[in-house]
Amino acid sequence: MNPRPDHTQLVAPEDGIAKGDVLLDVRNVSLSFGGVKAITDISLNVLKGEIRAIIGPNGAGKTSMLNVINGFYTPQQGTIVFRGKERRSMKPHEAVGQGIARTFQNVALFKGMSTLDNIMAGRSVMMKRNIGWQMLWHGPALREEIEHREKVEEIIDFLEIQHIRRTPVGKLPYGLQKRVELGRALAMEPSLLLLDEPMAGMNLEEKEDMSRFIIDVNQQRGTTIALIEHDMGVVMDLSDRVVVLDYGKKIADGPPDEVKNSQDVIDAYLGVPH
Amino acid sequence: MFYRTAGQFKTSYQADHALFPVRQDAILLAVILVFAFAVFPLTASEFTFRALLIPVLIYSLAALGLNILTGYAGQLSLGTGAFMGVGAYACYKLISIFPEMNIVVAIALSGFFSATVGVIFGLPSLRIKGFYLAIATLAAQFFLVWLFQKWSWLYNYNASGAIQVPNINLFGVTVAGPRASAIVQYYFVLSVVCVMTVFAINITRGRIGRMWKAVRDMDIAAELVGINLMRTKLMAFFVSSYVVGIAGALFVFLWRGAAEANLFDIPLSFRVLFIAIIGGLGSVLGNFLGAILIVALPVIISAVPRALGLPLDAATVEHLNIMIIGALIITFLIVEPHGLARFWAMIREKLILWPFPH
Repeated sequence: MNPRPDHTQLVAPEDGIAKGDVLLDVRNVSLSFGGVKAITDISLNVLKGEIRAIIGPNGAGKTSMLNVINGFYTPQQGTIVFRGKERRSMKPHEAVGQGIARTFQNVALFKGMSTLDNIMAGRSVMMKRNIGWQMLWHGPALREEIEHREKVEEIIDFLEIQHIRRTPVGKLPYGLQKRVELGRALAMEPSLLLLDEPMAGMNLEEKEDMSRFIIDVNQQRGTTIALIEHDMGVVMDLSDRVVVLDYGKKIADGPPDEVKNSQDVIDAYLGVPH
Repeated sequence: MFYRTAGQFKTSYQADHALFPVRQDAILLAVILVFAFAVFPLTASEFTFRALLIPVLIYSLAALGLNILTGYAGQLSLGTGAFMGVGAYACYKLISIFPEMNIVVAIALSGFFSATVGVIFGLPSLRIKGFYLAIATLAAQFFLVWLFQKWSWLYNYNASGAIQVPNINLFGVTVAGPRASAIVQYYFVLSVVCVMTVFAINITRGRIGRMWKAVRDMDIAAELVGINLMRTKLMAFFVSSYVVGIAGALFVFLWRGAAEANLFDIPLSFRVLFIAIIGGLGSVLGNFLGAILIVALPVIISAVPRALGLPLDAATVEHLNIMIIGALIITFLIVEPHGLARFWAMIREKLILWPFPH
């Protein structure tokens, strides 16, 4: 086995926020669909460089929270401050420009495309050559393509998926699809990476691999990560701080040990009548 | 045996991004091009050009345009015939208003008219998908054909209501109109199709192609990797309708010589759609294979009894022809529902490994 290559050039972009300062601040956000309240007056923040976990029983509003953060839903109340800029609403495709990338609970890859193309697609926004150059291919368009290919190959190397570079992702097993999806998110060079159940449906070995990648992304690239996960062992080991949601409300927020011993959290998971 | 990739190593990403990573493919294409540019023109008869080679090329180009929209960007369209009509009428008007205009320029410009119309009728794609979008493009089909009939300015107030291609010279050679020779028209069409195909391949394998395929495969995820759905879909409509419009201009100017509005009616749209589906959606090669099957095979089959001297009357031949082609299409779709292009890809994979099974 070769020694793990050095991926120090894969650094999260500079965004003028020092490690440990607030990168994302969600302030008093409420979201409802008709009469159903998905999120009720939740505030939480994510500090630069940390791994932040969002946990809670099913239907607690975790995924809704991620959707609010990356602009997929617009909250009825509250504001979101990302990198010091306040916003109420934005289009989902603008989130990438701001430096937010995410993966999905159910894998959302482009099934007809190869692993390589999927990850390259993550860099579409950064590629600028217009259709005129694309038509000619040789020259600037090809140079740009190769420049980005090199970055993508670093990610492929990092995630150890060299052998499936050319395979259409629809044919890959679930664990690898999750890894490719992480690769696509990394290709966007986000300063905040949102992972929605990165380990759902994986076996122990795959979970260990995925945990290792998440830690590496966080430590080597300095990417801030917010993740939703149901495997408590993984959550408690990986994350720096945990926020617990239940029925759209925040019931605990703090370091894993503190959260683990909170009576509210225990009640929420064991199902004490409200 | 001939298809061995052994010994072909790539040492740079540039080599890996080459159009033909396998050398044999490049050789095969070179052979086909030699046939197209040298062997066919030397051997083919006037009939072969008019009934076989020129229409196959033009239909391939139209299917290529549709394939960009449907196969790559995933937006189903039933308005191809009408968009071809826009290209043809635009070219006709350009030539009538500016008789001195170079025919190449006129055809290239007429593509922009159909592209604009395509984008306008593509606007519903921002809200609706799949079959519903197909119905919206069907509206374009009916509306445009109606317009071609009713707006007499389009056909210069002819009593016949048809457009008639005048004699047009390019560098001293007549390329369109009644006096043009088939071989010149063949070379003209072949050159345009080759150039457009190269452009289409380049666009579809680069950034824009990936964005189209991303929108096709999962539009929500595409949006969340930062792809602007509106721009990407409309760009697909633009490029697709441009290519289709060029095909329409060639269809009338370099092949039919004259056209009425109902030539661009829905049977033409379906014909092009069948070529794209049978050839293989999401493939450039498939359009050519599909066009050969749908356009050329009937001509070849109906010529066979005559060549063999069989005493069959014309109507019987025609019926047999339809039955054979229908059976072939069904067989191909059962054997390989993803089209002839995938069929070829599978044969190629097998050939690379042959005689070993894995």
